[in-house]
Parts: sequence; C-alpha cells; structure tokens
Amino acid sequence: MTTKQHPLRPLTRRPVLAGLASLAALSGVRLAHAADSGPEQLARGIAEITKGATVLPGRVKLELPELAENGNSVSMTIVVESPQSAADHVRTIHVISEKNPIADVVKFHIGPRAGRARVQSSIRLADTQRVVALAEMSDGRFWSGEASVIVALAACIDAG
Amino acid sequence: MRWSVIFSAAVLVLCVVSARGQTTRPEPPRPGREFQSAETRRLEADEAANPGLLWLEQGKSLWSKPEGTAAKSCAGCHGGDVAGAMQGVATRYPAVDPASGRLLNIEGRINQCRTERQGAPKLPYEHASLLALTTLVTHASRGLPRAIRIDGPARPFFDLGHRFYVERQGQLNVACAQCHDAIVGKRLRGDTISQGQTDGWPAYRLEWQSLGSLQRRLRACSLGVRAEILDFDAPEYLALELYLAWRGGELPLSAPGVRR
Amino acid sequence: MATTRIVVPATAKKGQIIEIKTLVQHPMITGHGRDNVGKPIPRDIINAFVVTYGGEKVFRADLFPGVAANPFFAFSTIATVTGEIVFTWTDDQGVETVEKRQLTVI
Repeated sequence: MTTKQHPLRPLTRRPVLAGLASLAALSGVRLAHAADSGPEQLARGIAEITKGATVLPGRVKLELPELAENGNSVSMTIVVESPQSAADHVRTIHVISEKNPIADVVKFHIGPRAGRARVQSSIRLADTQRVVALAEMSDGRFWSGEASVIVALAACIDAG
Repeated sequence: MRWSVIFSAAVLVLCVVSARGQTTRPEPPRPGREFQSAETRRLEADEAANPGLLWLEQGKSLWSKPEGTAAKSCAGCHGGDVAGAMQGVATRYPAVDPASGRLLNIEGRINQCRTERQGAPKLPYEHASLLALTTLVTHASRGLPRAIRIDGPARPFFDLGHRFYVERQGQLNVACAQCHDAIVGKRLRGDTISQGQTDGWPAYRLEWQSLGSLQRRLRACSLGVRAEILDFDAPEYLALELYLAWRGGELPLSAPGVRR
Repeated sequence: MATTRIVVPATAKKGQIIEIKTLVQHPMITGHGRDNVGKPIPRDIINAFVVTYGGEKVFRADLFPGVAANPFFAFSTIATVTGEIVFTWTDDQGVETVEKRQLTVI
C-alpha cells in the first residue's frame, strides 16, 4: 500500500480494506488452519482417517506430559492393548493434533512382527491442546485414546 | 608519622584487597538439570533419546578426518581412542594458554589445534563441526569434577568474570547474581531460576531445536536482560566462562545436557 | 547422509521381543516459519522412516512437520533369525540416509 496521507487524516475505507486484504493474503495459510483448529480440526482429522469406520474409545494409552516445558519437543509413548498376532493386531497408529497448523502429526505402521504395540517419539505442540491417537486394527476397526497437554513458553521469548 | 594513621591506612588497604578477592559460590552447587522439568531431565538421562548425542556421533567421525594443509586428523596426534585421550581435558578449561597469554575455552583450544597444527581455518561458533568436536571433548570428561585454575595468570580473567557477574546490566538493569544467587528456585514465568551452572554445556536446547554452545546461551542471557549482545569470544564472555566454571566447584561435567 | 544414533542389541534369543531406538539429525523445518524479512521458509523435513529386518518391512513411520526436530523413534520387533536390520530415512528431496546393523539370533 503506497497511499501517502497526512498522518492525522482519518482513515478512509479503501486503504483500510486494502490493508486488511493484504494482511489476510500474507497470513492466508495460517488463517485457513486457524479457523479450523480446535475440536473441528480433530473431528475432521478423525473422519479423514477412519472414513466412517467404527471408532471405539479405549485400549489406546497415549502418554504425554500434563505440562510440556517447551512445545518444540514433547515426549510421547503410545501403548495399545493388542495381542499383536497375525489374526488380531494393530496395523497403524495415527496421531492427530487439535491446534497444530496441520492435524496429522505422525503415523506408525506396525504388524505382527512387532511383538507388542508400543511406540515412542517426540512431537511438536503449537499450543495447549488435546491430542488423539487412533489405532487402526487388522479387522478395520479403530480404537482411540486421548491426552491433554498444557504447553508452557520459555521465560525469555525470542531466546536467542 | 602517627602510628594510628598508618595502622588505619593498613587496615583500609587490607579490607579493599580482601573485598576484591572475596567472592562466594553457592553451597552446594546444583547442576542445571535440577531446574528443568522431570521430562527434560529424563530426556537428558536417556542414552538413546538425548538429541545432543547426535553431535557426539558427529564428533566421533570428525575425530579421524584429516583436515587442513597438514592433512592431519585429531587422531593423527591424539590417537584413535578419543575417550581415553581426552579424558579429563575438559575439566581444565577455560585455561590460560602459556604461549599467548590468552584465555582459551574448549572451542578456543580446538581452533588453536586447527590453525596451528592442522593448517585448517578457524571454525566459527555454532558451526556443526565445532559443536560436534566440543561435545566430543566435553563428553570424554563426563562424571569428572572440574580442575580449573583461577590463580596466577588466570586471576585477572577470573576477576573480570566476577565483575561481569555482579554488575547490573541492560535495560532491565539486573546483575546475574540478582537471579542466580539471590532467588534460585523461584519462578520466572514458567521457568525455575537456576544457579546458572555450566556443567551440562554444550547442551541441546529445546528452544533452539539444536545443540548449542555455552557462549550462545550467554548471549541469550544478555538478550534476556536487554543488554548489548557481545560478539562470540568477547573477553567478558570468556572471563565469565572461567568464573562460572569456578562457581560450579566440584560439580561433575555432564555434557551434552538437555535444557528448555 | 545425516548423522544417526541407533540403539539395538547385537544379539537376542529367538522369539525375544527387542526394543530398537533411533535418532536422526535433521532440523525438520515446518514450512510455517518466516525469515527475518518475512519470506516463508520452505518446508524441509524427513517424511518417511522404514526399517527392514531380513529384507522384510517391520516398522514404518510417516512423518509430518509436527514431529520434533532430530526425530526419535522407539519400537519393537521379534528376533526371528540372524540377519541385517536396515534403517532408511527419506527427506522431502528424496535424499536417503541408510544405516545397517547386524542382529545375531541364538
């Protein structure tokens, strides 16, 4: 915007709208996710993965700390109660976030050769939020587990 | 001359001299990891998950890599067994280099080897290779208490470091001592204020999503109090490294640490 | 090839469930950030991790920008026969980091 105006002249509609439009364009990607993020993001993420299949709460223990000192790296352990046999096993564990810019965080593909359905990783959490883990079973059903994490910020933001 | 005047003058001089030399350190010294969350502590202790150990792995492969016009590797002089060759070395730094009179930290000592013995260029701070070699050398002294000198040629550097530590700085006008001595254990937003010990450095900082040098952390401290961020290797930061090493007393080295 | 750190036993009893832990050095640039003049920094992450044992896939992970920098994974596999475990990390440019470990099963 290159309109030159006297600094004390009241803002007219056009430059304000132009300004807002360019602001929206600049932050276009983030705005799209921001509008979605929250319970809608979780619901949409779950729907995209399960495609209407049955989702039962239980059997999935999603371990995340109640309070994360820094959202850049949060340790996560997921254990699914499953015999992990050829006939009955976890095929994939999907992890979805409520408030990250992207709902999908990570997917683990395991099988009977794993011996047990237990995986660990470190994930990023953009803000205090819920996280959901979906266990996709060999029979096509899904079990789910959930955790809530409070994400603290560093005391010195912009910490060099 | 009146003896009482001479006596008073002598007492005054003694007070000034002893006040300059008098500096206390926390007792007991508490390592940096004690002021992190339980999860961060666990990550540091996990030999498989501590991300700082990736820089150790990098350092191990650099140890036997020939460098510079001399085409010499670290192993070429120090031997292939880096853990054996470097054990205890990091406990003696920062130290005054007898030849140049300069105060050298580990990075300085590594760069001295590179420029003077390998014919290789100096590595800048935060260069991946310098971080890797610094991690390698400090890790070789893991579990060992420091053995630094603050007497003789080291004394002026120690005094400079002490002064830097107790003087108010920056727009916030605070001195290191005002937090890291006076209110250790209290909270600053979500963080617990530590003693500012350096036993775990170089460390993997979650905020940086990378391992970084102690000097990078000190520069972040300057930023934190809105003071001028001095250049890497500024005399004040080097002297402060020596002072902080002394402050740690018998604390064993524990690099690479994990910090928020 | 990125630097890696792998913790896996060298030997195991047949039928034993062994734990494998891996670290790979990578900044995992999300693509959401901007540089100091406001320009978006393009995404650059490791997006796939595949582990084979005796030639068969035993673990796979799809990584998104929400995986922390210097990705860490811990998982398990049953020790079946003596063989090679191959770890392959692939980034957005298709560049692979490959590591191999021998497992002796007794």
